[in-house]
Amino acid sequence: MTIAPGAWREVALSDEEYHQIVELLGREPRPVELGMFGSMWSEHCGYKHSRPLLKGFPTEAPWVLEGPGENAGAIDAGDGLAIVFKVESHNHPSAVEPYEGAATGVGGIVRDIFTMGARPIAILNALRFGPLDSARNRYLFDNVVGGIGGYGNCLGIPTVGGEVFFDPSYNGNPLVNAMCIGVTKHDAIMRARGQGPGNVIMVIGADTGRDGLHGATFSSVEDPEASHRGVIQVGNPFLEKLLLEACLELLQGDDVVAMQDLGAAGMTSSTVEVASRGGVGAEIDVALVPRREEGMTAYEVMMSESQERMLLVVRPEGVERVREIVERWSLNAAAIGHVTDDGMVRVLDDGEIACEVPAELFTDACPTYVRYAEENPKITAARETAIAVDDIEPSAVGETLLALLGSANLGSRRPVWERYDHTILTNTVVGPGQGDAAVLRLKGTKRGIATAIDCNSRYCWLDPELGAKHAVAEASRNVVCSGAKPLAMTNCLNFGNPEKPAGYYQLSRAVAGLAEACRVLGVPVVSGNVSLYNETADLAVMPTPTVGVVGVIEDVTQRLTMVPKPGDRFFLLHAGNAPTLGGSAYLADVHGQTIGAPPAIDLDKEAAVQSALLDLAAQGLVSAAHDCSEGGLAVAVADMSLAAGTGVKMDLAIADGERRDAAWFGEAPSRILLTISPDKADRVVSARLPESVQLTELGTFEGDLIQLGDAGVPLAQAKRVFDSALQSESGDA
Amino acid sequence: MIGVITFPGSNGDHDALHSLIDDIGAPAEYVDYRQTDLARYDAFVLPGGFSYGDALRCGAIARFAPVMAPLAEFAERGGPILGICNGFQVLTEAHLLPGALLRNETLKFHCFWTHIKIEQLDNAWTAGCKAGEILRLPVAHGEGAFFADDDTLDQLEANGQIVARYCEPDGTITPGANANGSARSIAAVSNRQGNVLGLMPHPERATNELVGGADGVKIMSSALNFLNVAV
Repeated sequence: MTIAPGAWREVALSDEEYHQIVELLGREPRPVELGMFGSMWSEHCGYKHSRPLLKGFPTEAPWVLEGPGENAGAIDAGDGLAIVFKVESHNHPSAVEPYEGAATGVGGIVRDIFTMGARPIAILNALRFGPLDSARNRYLFDNVVGGIGGYGNCLGIPTVGGEVFFDPSYNGNPLVNAMCIGVTKHDAIMRARGQGPGNVIMVIGADTGRDGLHGATFSSVEDPEASHRGVIQVGNPFLEKLLLEACLELLQGDDVVAMQDLGAAGMTSSTVEVASRGGVGAEIDVALVPRREEGMTAYEVMMSESQERMLLVVRPEGVERVREIVERWSLNAAAIGHVTDDGMVRVLDDGEIACEVPAELFTDACPTYVRYAEENPKITAARETAIAVDDIEPSAVGETLLALLGSANLGSRRPVWERYDHTILTNTVVGPGQGDAAVLRLKGTKRGIATAIDCNSRYCWLDPELGAKHAVAEASRNVVCSGAKPLAMTNCLNFGNPEKPAGYYQLSRAVAGLAEACRVLGVPVVSGNVSLYNETADLAVMPTPTVGVVGVIEDVTQRLTMVPKPGDRFFLLHAGNAPTLGGSAYLADVHGQTIGAPPAIDLDKEAAVQSALLDLAAQGLVSAAHDCSEGGLAVAVADMSLAAGTGVKMDLAIADGERRDAAWFGEAPSRILLTISPDKADRVVSARLPESVQLTELGTFEGDLIQLGDAGVPLAQAKRVFDSALQSESGDA
Repeated sequence: MIGVITFPGSNGDHDALHSLIDDIGAPAEYVDYRQTDLARYDAFVLPGGFSYGDALRCGAIARFAPVMAPLAEFAERGGPILGICNGFQVLTEAHLLPGALLRNETLKFHCFWTHIKIEQLDNAWTAGCKAGEILRLPVAHGEGAFFADDDTLDQLEANGQIVARYCEPDGTITPGANANGSARSIAAVSNRQGNVLGLMPHPERATNELVGGADGVKIMSSALNFLNVAV
């Protein structure tokens, strides 16, 4: 069979790429081979545009056990335990079928974690939608949250943290990023490296159907609505739960030498990955793959993205033991091929060759591109626009605060996290709404981990490099605010079309910003994912490099929350940065303007503030802590007040010539609010701090008013506004 | 020995076992849903989760699991059985408890800490509580609205089978505290003899202050009584 002219374009390969394939093979590809190249050379699998940029990430530290390249990264949590984690996107499927798209996004990232031999203990997510005044966006929001909950709740893995942000740039392209964290022992980490020619390749779990054909390819082109129809996967969390338990039981023995889940590009990528990571070959016969539909072609079996499947490499003598365990979990196990020593990926269709290609041609030979980068002049102009809104009167501080607390972006997330089981597995020490990071205990030890996921998309739009630095700084700061030391990060790069200069500019600058922040703050990158082409009809999403940070706390009973006690005094720990209005939530959510330069950040000072807080906490001088970022001081103080159910009294000296709105609602990096009981406040005041770090006393948590200078807002009123922010916006209050 | 029954799709089994062994100090082990010899067990916990992926109806398939017939005999003989969340659903489907659990009034899954008021102590699992005691426990369910017809509900009241109701932190029974829309705010019911209890909140997730509260100890530690009786 020969390839029809232009057929490669249907699998999103360019003419040039097709000719490259012909040259590499020395012949025309077979149809199955062409489909496999289309998947493996997609942005999703091949990282064509991001690979050259990602080389700049710091990936090493003494505590890093597994850096990027495997199914997930792993760090040392002490006591012989390893924490395995990764964040991944499922944006395109969620744009078309939000419930199943989000559900299978969770399913995919959870599989990545237990593929590494770790038991998943927590899920987080980062979501982006267009504004909720549109019925379509309300539908997407409701169903994405439903899908995440539906899958994670059924699996019995708590969803402990996350963030949601609304902006018109996400109208056509919502973002759904899911992160999963697992725990295992150092010596029990499993890799996806095929080894030992003669070892048997098995597929276990769900049968293979026609769902999700070419999902990886189509997530790498623009306009998901037009391209994704009919390629959406459907999730079955019940099957995944059985697969999870079966895999973890299998890994207690030594019969399985490698494991690779079937995610994007299904059997194609898993076979190629196992072969190429292990430096071996792989031969499978698709006729041996259990199907759920009749008449499937070899092409369809290789491209299917049916969920809840796992590829195993098994020692020949262990095949029966593996089959026995898998069948006890009511799942199918089929031997479909074996590892070879010739480096070829060979796919047979009932004995006949459908693919015979050196594994490295699918992976290492994938072309990479460095594109021309130039910022969209509209964004340059927005950043350089002078802020022209009138300053507020002292009496207007209260109503401005209410406007922000009641906005979709700063209102309570309770309606979201109440739909996620966040207490199962009984490790949740600090759950949603109680702190800046989720804190989980590690059973059997005194330790705990803290984790947060963050990105200020507005900052990243106005200045991608600076915004990306803020993302790393803020996620780390959130972890610090729970009393844990940040150790490593995972990231999900959600951007528009990298083939356009404006898209490549955002991607390349953001990656540079992430890399520098990771280096200075000491949080290496251990895993990640790239989702490009989040763009419809020339409207790209705000650049959104989602950052998930994990930290460890040696004694989990010493964790911090953001909940002060009545009578506690509070201070701002900071690096002397004056708050500014550029890119602020205040300008965007109160005045409808996304303009100005985001606040500059000095990463060394950021590091100093973070370690100063941990020092104070270690001395027992912090009763609660909260990151002071979006919405400024006023919103941060109100957040703590609302969390505690106690009022607050605070005064702020406004200097001559200083804007009142900037002082209360302006934003600055490296600021942490900390509280302490009155009897220890003197020790805080006299504590020795690094030279670049300052401490400013601001007030006391007491009474039933949020009293900001002259303006007082009854706590009950603030609570009503805050609690109903998402409902009133979504019209179903 | 306490048996924690694991059906395919159970996911609260780890928490029940951990709570019993590590927080309560009771010997406990998993019981596979295919097991039919239950002679070594003094009591059973049916954990939360999504048995059989909630296919058809929550608990509708689990009731046909091989373990269920001997479990019904165990119940008949007065053996103590605690069904939590999905375990409660399974017990109603198996007719070891009255009523049924419908979808939450909001039609949405919800998870938060709630309060229940213990109204009956003449019961295998709440004997350690005080009359009118208020417990703070987490809930996590999509189908938790207890339903029975009015006659049945009147009978349950008359027989003292309504063991706990959702309440405000101060113990007041209000519609606002009954988030899933249960008939008469019912959070827990027992069978007529009082040896089988079903409840929607999760006492096994609340036996350690570090993870939010220890009020569940009052219920989970009842397991120790059965062991003493058995010894």
